Amino acid sequence: MTSLVSNFDEFMDGLWKQNPIFVMVLGMCPTLAVTVSAINSISMGLATTFVLVASCLLVSLLRHAIPKEVRIASYIVIIATFVTVVDYAIQAISLELYEALGAYIKLIVANCILLGRAEAHAAKTPPVAASLNACGMGLGFTLGLLAIGAVREIFGSGMLFGVSLFGPHFQPWVIMVLPPGGFFVLAGWLILFAAIKARNSSQLSSGERALEGGKS
Amino acid sequence: MKPTIELRAAPHVHSGISVPVIMRNVVGALLPICAFSVWQYGISAAALILTVTASCLLTERFFSSRTGLGNTLADWSAAITGILLALTLPPNFPLWMGVVAGFIAIALGKSLFGGMGFNPFNPALVGRAFVQGAFPSTIASFVPSYAPQRFTEFVPSTLTAPLMQAADNSAWIGHAAIDAFTGATPLARWKFENFTYSAGDFMTGVVTASAGETSAILILACGVYLAMRRYLDWRIPVAVLGSALILAWAFHLAVPARYPEPVFVLLSGGLMLGAIFMATDMATSPVTPVGVWIYGALIGIVSVVIRYFGGLTEGVMYAILIANAASPLIDQMTQPKVFGARSR
Repeated sequence: MTSLVSNFDEFMDGLWKQNPIFVMVLGMCPTLAVTVSAINSISMGLATTFVLVASCLLVSLLRHAIPKEVRIASYIVIIATFVTVVDYAIQAISLELYEALGAYIKLIVANCILLGRAEAHAAKTPPVAASLNACGMGLGFTLGLLAIGAVREIFGSGMLFGVSLFGPHFQPWVIMVLPPGGFFVLAGWLILFAAIKARNSSQLSSGERALEGGKS
Repeated sequence: MKPTIELRAAPHVHSGISVPVIMRNVVGALLPICAFSVWQYGISAAALILTVTASCLLTERFFSSRTGLGNTLADWSAAITGILLALTLPPNFPLWMGVVAGFIAIALGKSLFGGMGFNPFNPALVGRAFVQGAFPSTIASFVPSYAPQRFTEFVPSTLTAPLMQAADNSAWIGHAAIDAFTGATPLARWKFENFTYSAGDFMTGVVTASAGETSAILILACGVYLAMRRYLDWRIPVAVLGSALILAWAFHLAVPARYPEPVFVLLSGGLMLGAIFMATDMATSPVTPVGVWIYGALIGIVSVVIRYFGGLTEGVMYAILIANAASPLIDQMTQPKVFGARSR
């Protein structure tokens, strides 16, 4: 029972408490580059999730076999293997999507979330917990990308998942599909989450004060 | 009421000038320019100025109450941002886009950095740069001034429904029955048709332009008033206009057929408004005497370079934003020597 609870915590970690984009602010290169539309964001997020889960599982299984001195190189080889798989898979499934994501599929290998998870978590954790954590992280990353991509697609082209929302006379906000739009939307979400966090912590501390006041 | 005696360290003489006093005077100096804009463009310009200013004030109120700054509307700075921003937009700019510009100007340009005095960039120009990036075609379309129906009918694009494309103005412009209206600003006509206007056209404001940049002489008069009252640093506009004048004159002497007369460069576009009202923003300009000259010259030179060699027709906005970014560095490099200190 306790292992079930801790496994669930491992999974939820990346989804919310340690969200790769909004809390750890990792993997900014694909975050800013491919989030022009919601569908691109989801594809990128799922591709990263697959690589993350597969490589973390393998790293965790091999954690006693890999010598400490060459661990970074070993992790990169493992990650690169799965990135190659994803690269070919996406090319086979949808050439259109492959061209939209461009070099960023191959650049998953350089995404710091992957090496970070392998080094900081999978190398020290048994396989089940490691892959659950990786799965949570990957889905958290996907959610983050989707949050940015949806806003940019709505303002930048008046659509969501390619469905027109405002009719043919919609005025696209050109800046939203350009790189500055990525920065603006990311910053907007970060501000929102920081504000929520600040409000929660101030409520918490005022609650504690009330508790202490009641005691004295 | 008992008189209180405050003990304070020297200096004891207060000039009597406080931030709200300066800001109130700047608003006062902007009002004649607004009035002239409304006279030229009618109710559309009036609606734009009011809407953008209201958007700025509401945004300021929203953020200042949430960040614990209290009511910061009383210092008038948000009103100045709103009026300046409206004056840099085309008079027929859709009101909903004006609301977006006002929100971005205050939220992104000012509140997120901590409010007045902490903003690294001029808020009004941040707002304008955003809508320039978001709606590049709408911000480059203009209506003629002195249209006969300007006080009875709104320009169609002004009342565009939110989030929709700007309405077509051609019927309204046709109704105005003004000969040879091209819809291009003097800078655009110079750039693409090599056509220059006379200085007199700029003085009376018959040219196509943004709401508040048509009458150079009025802007200049308001600037002289503010400089005489010492509410703005006269060296900044002098440095901006002077450096632009010298550079434009040098180009004109070198290739007279290609480059316009220097006076055209001074009077056209937003250079006058930018030099007097935006470059002089106290929070975003250097404080050292030498630094102020460098800052002003940077704006003048970059403006002319963008106009002559850039893809855009007007470069004053980006010139001021670039100089804003350089201003802390300029301040640091031009620190005066401490009295008695040895030079290194």
